[in-house]
Amino acid sequence: MNGVTGQMTPHWRRRVLDFLRSCVSSPLNAVLTAAVIALALWTLPSLVHWLLLDAVWRGTSVKDCVGHDGACWIFLRAHAGQLLYGSYPAGQRWRLAAAAVIGIATAVAAGSSTRRLGVLSIGLMLVAGSIVVGVLMVGGVAGLPFVATSLWGGIMLTVVIAAWTIVTALPLGLLLALARQSELPIISAIAGAFIDTLRGLPLVGLLFLVIVMFPLFVPPGFQTDKLARALLAFTLFNAANFAEVFRGGLQAIHRSQIEGGYSLGLPRWRVTALIVVPQVISVSIPGVINICIAIVKETTIVLILGLFDLVGVLQAGIADPDWLMSQNVRTTAYVFAALVFWPICFLLSRYGRAIERRQPMTSGVSGAGLIN
Amino acid sequence: MRGGGFGLVLQLVVLLGVVVLVVGIAHNVAANLARLGIKTGFWFLSRPAGFDVSQTLIPYGDDSTYFTVFVVALLNTLLVSLLSITVGTLLGFVLALSRSSSNGLVAATGSLYVETFRNIPLLIQLLFWYFAVVQALPAPGASFHIANLIFLNDRGLFIPSIQFGRSLGPMFGAFAAGVVLFAFMVAKGKRRWAVLPLIALPLAVGVFYRADIAWSIPQFKGFNFHGGIAMLPELLALTIGLSIYSAAFIAEIIRGGIQAVSRGQTDAAMSLGLTRWQTSRLIVIPLALRVIVPPLGAYYVVVLKNSSLGTAIAYPDLILVFAGTVLNQTAQPIEVMTMTLLTYLALGYVFSFATSVVNRQVRQ
Repeated sequence: MNGVTGQMTPHWRRRVLDFLRSCVSSPLNAVLTAAVIALALWTLPSLVHWLLLDAVWRGTSVKDCVGHDGACWIFLRAHAGQLLYGSYPAGQRWRLAAAAVIGIATAVAAGSSTRRLGVLSIGLMLVAGSIVVGVLMVGGVAGLPFVATSLWGGIMLTVVIAAWTIVTALPLGLLLALARQSELPIISAIAGAFIDTLRGLPLVGLLFLVIVMFPLFVPPGFQTDKLARALLAFTLFNAANFAEVFRGGLQAIHRSQIEGGYSLGLPRWRVTALIVVPQVISVSIPGVINICIAIVKETTIVLILGLFDLVGVLQAGIADPDWLMSQNVRTTAYVFAALVFWPICFLLSRYGRAIERRQPMTSGVSGAGLIN
Repeated sequence: MRGGGFGLVLQLVVLLGVVVLVVGIAHNVAANLARLGIKTGFWFLSRPAGFDVSQTLIPYGDDSTYFTVFVVALLNTLLVSLLSITVGTLLGFVLALSRSSSNGLVAATGSLYVETFRNIPLLIQLLFWYFAVVQALPAPGASFHIANLIFLNDRGLFIPSIQFGRSLGPMFGAFAAGVVLFAFMVAKGKRRWAVLPLIALPLAVGVFYRADIAWSIPQFKGFNFHGGIAMLPELLALTIGLSIYSAAFIAEIIRGGIQAVSRGQTDAAMSLGLTRWQTSRLIVIPLALRVIVPPLGAYYVVVLKNSSLGTAIAYPDLILVFAGTVLNQTAQPIEVMTMTLLTYLALGYVFSFATSVVNRQVRQ
């Protein structure tokens, strides 16, 4: 009888009923349910009050927030320009919009033509797009005024660091993984040492290393800017992390695939390019997404170097004497930062897990333990 | 050799490239150091440092050397890592149990925690705990307190401590002997009684020296607290933030281990007449540990590395004190950075080694 009603009740209704039944299925579960409900009743109302009901939505200065025990959202409106673009000159910000459009268009074009074009054409497309984006942002040529990277900031800088790191570290990581798995002992040893050393270091340490030591590594008089040095550290560190993911992917490929390629008379490099690499990439996607999530979260570390990414701008804003009067300003700033990063990381992780579920072969190379 | 002549040429080219890069860098470094008038060498380590460190676990004064600073910073890094690993693992265990609960609401609460905290950058969480929570605590005069024994205020957390006096040496010896005996008995397979010497030996010494042992309770005098153990605001915020963040990842590792024990194993155990508790203790936990230990050990290294983010809230760890202040004061970037980074690598290897030892125990 249960089976009959089970078929007749809609799927979601049965799930709701199962859920409710599980909450009171035993005395212990009933007690736990009561405890969770009590916790929710205790925290949720004050959260709603702080975030919405008692929050300050109108006004221009900290004086409007004093006396309200709620979020001081006007702090964000007062710093909106900084939060988006840092100190990028107001008259030049159209260049950032243009760069964003070109960057997204290039990425979409490259992503949608993976079946029609070869790796080389896609690579060239990405390089060309990156150069146009770079020229637009830095300027100094074609009548565009030069904008020093020390003026870059806000969400724009966060996006630049994340995009740069993913675009550069992915191919480098794939190369490193292939080098490490290669049967050529010297190349394998060099790649292995590089990967293991970088993965053993904290990113903060590596950033300090690059910031302090890089000027010593180059010929006297050769100037590099701070952002470029930080980007170098991000690329190297995450290339090593990607290499570790791809290594798992390489090990998941069956030997017979490679031998099949040889038996068709394909030369070694074509077996690698046509049989190994495409399979490694598709098997490694969940792991790659995990590293991408880590990269998005890591971008915030540039704060320690004195660069003004989103968090850097917020830190500078709350230290501003004009906004010191209300403690709620600080909390508002951090809650806002969390609200910016959380959906990106959450959706990425959901996407990765969906792919993992669709191809069971990928589980085991999802890079668990690499994520931080 | 596989790869033939082309492979050999490729290897030589890569090797040559790496050698040229290294020699080029070495040449540039030498030229730059000469230009800046920096003499390399580790002699600076024996010079007095002459600056203050806010948290020192070993005696430290005005005449302490740069090497002492290094040890102080290293101990601070280890302290916050071990604290966060302990709290994070306990919290992660509770979360893993709640996520595997048969109660849908409890499982959903566990998921909410995990999905919330692991998808917000650690740095933002640390800044929140330090600037928005710990710094917003009341001043010492208006501390939160539990029975006037434990105090929480914007200067940190103050808890009672035990003053060992003359018994400190013997106590340490008894504890060390206890650890050795514990390891020996575990290796011999007498796990059931292995904890006994660990407790009994220090206890015996404590009873013998009971006149020298006293409680030290924090007391508000003048402007701050004296006595007891003080946990600095930076340490407090870093421990809270790092533990809460790590617990989300550790919960997933532990849950993965519990799920990996197949239903058939537990059903078989129950059908043999074992109780639920016996099934958990004898079947599920030993099997789950085999899956849990390797990734958990790897994650502990991640916690150690993540503790370096404490630099952002001025926690005096290896990066802030040694790679920061000492590097700036001594102008010996090569030596200081080498020591710092090699220390992290070495600690990582120590953690990995400990993991493999535990793993071998678990697999027996």
